[in-house]
Amino acid sequence: MTEFMLGRRRFMTASAAGLAVLGLAACGGGSDPTRDGATVWSLEDPVHNPIQEAAIEAFNQGASSRFRLETFANTAYAQRLRVSMGTPNAPSVFFNWGGASIRSYVEVDQVADLTDRLAADAAWRDSFLPAVLDAGRIDDRNYGIPLRGMQPVVLFYHTELFAENDLRPPANWAELLDLVDRFQAIGVTPFALAGSESWTQLMWLEYLVDRLGGEQVFERISAGEEGAWGDPAMIGALDRIGELVERGAFGTNFSSVNYGAGGASTLFAMGDAAMHLMGTWEYPNQLDQQPAFARDALGWTTFPVLEDGDGDPSAVVGNPTNYFSVNSAAADVEAAVEFLREHMNSDAYVDALIAAGDVPAITGLEDRLSTSPNAEYALFIYEMVQSAAAFTPSWDQALPPEVARIMLTTLQEVFLGERDAAGFVEVLESGT
Amino acid sequence: MSEGALDRTTRPGLWYAVPAMVFFGLFALVPLVFVVVLSFTHWNGLGDPQAAGLDNWQRIAADPTVLDSLRITVVLGVVCWLVQTPLSLLLGVWAAGHQRNRAVLSAVFFLPLLLSGAAVAIAWRSLLDPNFGLASVLGPLVGIPDGNLLGSGTSALMVIVVIVAWQFVPFHTLLYQAAARRIPQQLYEAARMDGANRLHQFRHITLPQLRNTIITSSLLMVVGSLTYFETILIVTDGGPGRATEVLPFRMYEAGFRSYEMGYGAAIASALVLIGTLLSLVMVRFSGFSKMRSTLEGL
Repeated sequence: MTEFMLGRRRFMTASAAGLAVLGLAACGGGSDPTRDGATVWSLEDPVHNPIQEAAIEAFNQGASSRFRLETFANTAYAQRLRVSMGTPNAPSVFFNWGGASIRSYVEVDQVADLTDRLAADAAWRDSFLPAVLDAGRIDDRNYGIPLRGMQPVVLFYHTELFAENDLRPPANWAELLDLVDRFQAIGVTPFALAGSESWTQLMWLEYLVDRLGGEQVFERISAGEEGAWGDPAMIGALDRIGELVERGAFGTNFSSVNYGAGGASTLFAMGDAAMHLMGTWEYPNQLDQQPAFARDALGWTTFPVLEDGDGDPSAVVGNPTNYFSVNSAAADVEAAVEFLREHMNSDAYVDALIAAGDVPAITGLEDRLSTSPNAEYALFIYEMVQSAAAFTPSWDQALPPEVARIMLTTLQEVFLGERDAAGFVEVLESGT
Repeated sequence: MSEGALDRTTRPGLWYAVPAMVFFGLFALVPLVFVVVLSFTHWNGLGDPQAAGLDNWQRIAADPTVLDSLRITVVLGVVCWLVQTPLSLLLGVWAAGHQRNRAVLSAVFFLPLLLSGAAVAIAWRSLLDPNFGLASVLGPLVGIPDGNLLGSGTSALMVIVVIVAWQFVPFHTLLYQAAARRIPQQLYEAARMDGANRLHQFRHITLPQLRNTIITSSLLMVVGSLTYFETILIVTDGGPGRATEVLPFRMYEAGFRSYEMGYGAAIASALVLIGTLLSLVMVRFSGFSKMRSTLEGL
C-alpha cells in the first residue's frame, strides 16, 4: 500500500511538473493540504538555509501568521517561481536577484511595493547600505530587501606564485599585460577562466566597459537606448578581450573549463593559474574546497585601472546582493513585510551571515566584521563596496532575459575568436 | 493476418484500452493542443497570454538561429544514426549467441541504460574537464592535445554524439539481440551445408532477417534525436557559442530563458510536426507499413 501510494504520488508530481512546463500549472494542481501555511521561497544552500530557517522560526514565535521555508535548486528556481506566481501555490516571500529578474512580475503588479514602508521607517531603510538597496530598485521603487551578503567581482590572485616570481598584482593595464607574458613564460596560465559558462566571461566585459566608459555606458544599455551597444567603450573592451585571448591570458582550453564542477577554481588553487576574476563567493568556496590554499595563498585586489579610461577606478561590478520580495497577492502581505522588517537586519541574522563568511549589506558593520574569522577579507569587501563610486549590477541579471541570453552566447563567440567587436555590437543591436 | 477470423480465443474488449487512452489523452493530447494554442499567443509566463496570430510562426521562418538549430539537429541525428546503428547491430547479434562470458559482458554493456540521462551527463562533464578530467588523455588521441574537447563547435558536437551513443547503444543492442534470437536456426544450418562462411551468413541471412528491426531501431533513433536535450543542457549548455544548440534546446531557451512562451510553443509544435512527418516518411519508404514478414516462405 505504501509502495503504491509513493508510486502514485511520484507519478502525480511528475505529471504536475509536465503540465506546469506546458503552462497549465493553474489546473495542474499539486497542492498538498497537509502542508498548509504561507511559504518563504529561497535557493537551496546549506550555508544560508539554516540562517533563514532560524529567522523564520523566531518570527513565528510571536506572530499570528506562520511561515515555512521552501528551498529550490538554483537552476530550476526561476522557472518554478514563474510557473507558481498567480497560482494558490505561490510563495508569500520569495528570493530574487533584483532588477530584471523581477521586472516582469512588477509590471503585472505581483510584487508588493515597499517604497512607502521603507520611507515611513527610516531606521529600517538606513540599516542597509544605500547603494545595495538602490540596486534592487525598479523605476525608482523598492521591491526587495537585501537578504544576504554582497557579491562584487574581485580579482583574486595566488600570493605564493606572485612571491616566488617576485611579482605583484596588476595595478593598471600595462602591468596586467606584462604579467600575462611573464606567467606564460613560466608555463602558468595567467587567468583561470571557466569559459564553458559565459557569465564568467561577462565579468571581464563588465569591468573593462566600466573602467573605459564609466557606469553610464551600461546605464544607457539597460535603458534600451538606441545605439548604446556600439559605445566606443564597448568596442574598446571587446578589443581588449580579443587581445587577452590572443596573448594566451586564459590559456588555450578555457572554453572547456567549468565553474560549477570546480574546474577553474581548482586550476587556480593548484597554482596552474595565477589569477581569477570572480565573485566574492570564490572565497568561501575555496575555504570549503581547498582550505590550505585559502588560508595561505589566496590574495585579493581590485580590478586594475585603465589609464586611458573615463571610468572611476573605485567602481565595482557584480551582484549587489540577493533580495527577498513580497508577493502582493499573498494572503498575509503585512505579516510578510513585518517578517522582513524584523529579521533581515536583526543582530542574530547579521551575525550568522558574518560567521558564514558573508559580508552583509548592513551599515556600520566595521567592528563586527573586524572580529570575524575572515576579518581581513570581509573588511576589504565591505570597504570596497562602501567607497565604490558605482555598483553596476551583473548585466545578465539587469537586462531583460532575452537580451541577456543573446549577449552571453555572442560574448562566448568573441572569446572563441569567432566574432570581433563589430560583430558583437551588430548582433546585440539587431537583437537576434 | 488472415488467421484472425478463425481465432476463437476471446480478445480483450475495447474497454481494456480505456485507462491507457484516458492517460494518453490527458497527458499527451490535451497538453499538445494547449501548446499549439499557445503558439498563437504572446506570453511571458505571467498574467494572461495575448493573441498573436501568426507572429510566432512567421518569426520561426525568419529566425536564423532556429534554422541553425535545425541544421545542427539534422547533423546530430544523422551522425548519431551512423555511429549507433552498426555498433548496436553487431553487438546485438553477438549478444544473441552463446559465447563464453557473453552474459557477463552483455550485462556490463547494458549498464549505461540503467543510469539516468542527467547523471550520465554530469559524470561526463567532469570527465571532460581539460585539466583534471579524461579529456587530457582522450584529447591527444583525436588530435586535440590540450584536451579542449568542448571548446570547438565540431568537437563539442562529436562529444555529444559519443555520450548519446554510450547511453543508447545498449537499448538498441537489446532490440537487435531479441530479433537475432528469433532468426530460425535452420536458415544457418542450410547455409552452412551450402558452404557459406560467417560473413556470408551475416550478409545474406542475419541482415535481411533483421530488416524490420533495423527500421524500428532507426525510427526510434531519428525521432529520438529530435528530443536530445538534457545531455546538451548539462554538458555544453548549447555552446560553445551556439554550436550544440539543437532545436529542443532552442525551444527551452525561448520558453524558459527568454520567457517567450508563445515562441517556445511554436518551436515545440514545429518539432512535433517534423517528428511526425519524419516517421511517416520513414515508414512509407522503408515498406514498414506493409508489415511484410521476414519469415515468408518458411
